[in-house]
Amino acid sequence: MNLFNLIKIAVRALLRNKGRTLLTMLGIIIGIASVIAMVSLGQSSTISVTEELSSMGSNMIMVSPARQMRGGVNLGRTNARSLDKKDLQTIRQNAKYVDKISPLVTTAAQLIVGGRNHPGSIQGVNPEYLDIRKYELENGAMFTEDDIKRYSKVCVIGKTVVDNLFPDGENPLGKTIRFGAIPMKVVGVLKSKGQNQMGQDQDDVVFVPYTTVQKRFMAITYFNMLFVSAVSESESELAATEITYILRHNHNIKEGTEDDFDIRTQEELLTTINSITKMLTLLLAAIASISLVVGGIGIMNIMYVTVTERTKEIGLRMSIGAQQRDILIQFLSESVILSLLGGIIGIMLGLLLSFGLSKVLNWPFIVSEGAILISFLVCAATGIFFGWYPAKRAANLDPINALRYE
Amino acid sequence: MNEIIKIEELKRTFIVGAENVHALKGISFSIRQGEFVSIMGASGSGKSTLLNILGCLDTPTSGEYMIDGVKVSMQSRNQLSVLRNRKIGFVFQSYNLLARTTALENVELPLLYNHTISTKERHERAMSALVSVGLESRMYHMPNQLSGGQQQRVAIARALVNDPVIVLADEATGNLDTRTSYEIMSLFQELHAKGKTIAFVTHEADIAAFTDRTILLRDGYIIKDEPIEKQFAKKALELLPISEEP
Ligand SMILES: Nc1ncnc2c1ncn2[C@@H]1O[C@H](COP(=O)(O)OP(=O)(O)OP(=O)(O)O)[C@@H](O)[C@H]1O
Ligand SMILES: [Mg+2]
Repeated sequence: MNLFNLIKIAVRALLRNKGRTLLTMLGIIIGIASVIAMVSLGQSSTISVTEELSSMGSNMIMVSPARQMRGGVNLGRTNARSLDKKDLQTIRQNAKYVDKISPLVTTAAQLIVGGRNHPGSIQGVNPEYLDIRKYELENGAMFTEDDIKRYSKVCVIGKTVVDNLFPDGENPLGKTIRFGAIPMKVVGVLKSKGQNQMGQDQDDVVFVPYTTVQKRFMAITYFNMLFVSAVSESESELAATEITYILRHNHNIKEGTEDDFDIRTQEELLTTINSITKMLTLLLAAIASISLVVGGIGIMNIMYVTVTERTKEIGLRMSIGAQQRDILIQFLSESVILSLLGGIIGIMLGLLLSFGLSKVLNWPFIVSEGAILISFLVCAATGIFFGWYPAKRAANLDPINALRYE
Repeated sequence: MNEIIKIEELKRTFIVGAENVHALKGISFSIRQGEFVSIMGASGSGKSTLLNILGCLDTPTSGEYMIDGVKVSMQSRNQLSVLRNRKIGFVFQSYNLLARTTALENVELPLLYNHTISTKERHERAMSALVSVGLESRMYHMPNQLSGGQQQRVAIARALVNDPVIVLADEATGNLDTRTSYEIMSLFQELHAKGKTIAFVTHEADIAAFTDRTILLRDGYIIKDEPIEKQFAKKALELLPISEEP
């Protein structure tokens, strides 16, 4: 019997019991749809996180003081004073793979303009910080090295700050904002960057010369962090090594003693996040594949019923010359078509689901050809595996008994 | 004329639990090409058992069976399938047509299991088989749209389509009224006249009277095997009282 006739017979048999066919496919449909949706969403979340991180600067390196532990109590890192001006200068002078470097000194102050006020998170930085963090200016200019030297009372503000303090559309450039008691002049406005992956507003920022923060706001000489950009993404590990070497030397850390600082490269962060999402995706796909097995058992069950119902037909086919192989293939193709059809519906449903969810979550919509191909193969395999025993039973029927079966 | 079927000392014993049921206790006969044989006997005498063996659906416990020069006892299950497909046409009491499948497709069925036949040839042969049983106007009807007699005609067309060396019929008129039975017998006589070899199981003497030779079974033995004077079904139909007319 040729393939076309086989398919025709199988499809006809399946159409004869439309309701039953659909219910039998349900397990496969749900299984495949969830596998496809999981894999697709896993991939789009990875991509969106990756995009997010590279928009923060993919060759960025963050240096912070190590957490201080005293008697088992984590004292946090903000009190640590290990990073200072000397570190900044030596890294700038000696590290070959470092492109830009900026200190970060943070504080908070209420920002006041006339009758309005807004809680400001103030970041004391140098002009290079813009490039490292991939911020751009919308208006005005970044403060200069000169401003750093003179502890100038100038600031560059983000969109959210502008919206809160100058809601009527006035140009904030040249205006003065009081930071608590200290008046600061606005010299620049940043382009909007929107929210990051963690939902933080990246436009609710105020950049001020770090020396100004150190001297006028906090009266300290150390930095909270150093932000560094490597010459290129591929050299960020080398840059991290250089910085480690320089800082250990500066801080007189002996061989065998731990660093008193932490270095995080963006790349490291990326691989960590990627491996987490990959694991989650795998886990979810594994859970979803359980429903595939359940679907397969459903197919097996219904195929047994079909074989019993059609015993007389099997006997007739045998009496006019069907060989055991013909009967086997007939029922096998029925179960394979059943599960493939379920698979196709499941794939479409899964794509629809991940399309909808990625729109809601504002992630890119990814069609994973690999997952579709694998789903297809898994469905074919499910059909063969779970259809085998019922088909084998049909093929092994005795022609006379089958013909007599009522 | 050459022997289409030749059996010798054929025995068939069924084992039911601890008991042995001897359905055929040693029978021998031959059927030559072009014969129209009826096999008669009371219920349980072994007619169906014999016909199943002749049709290669069952194998004898002992004894020899040759069909068209092929020794059946030596064949594997697959080879028996091929024998049934190429050499035998079966007609059953209950028609055994596939439901929701057109007459034409039912008739095509045996040729589907013969890879040497193309789709085109399959169609053509099925159509001409249906024409030869007088159903040219019912080709695309489903079994449930046909009368019992018409369904049996489809079954006969299906038995003819592979051009078998012998047509085997088990109580082929058992489900039909007298008039329809005679019409079916008239069809068998036509086929016989065209040269078909036919073995026809029945327990009705008036049906057996339309054949050339009767083999009578009792308790697994042949008790009579002789030629008879053939009645013509067409004539018998004319003699039927009008009241039986549908
Ligand atoms: N599969 C079987 N297992 C056990 N015994 C069987 C089997 N098939 C037939 N027999 C026995 O063999 C004997 C002959 O049966 P068979 O069906 O050949 O009779 P028959 O002549 O066709 O009867 P009828 O006219 O009622 O159809 C019976 O006694 C029956 O019980
Ligand atoms: Mg019988």
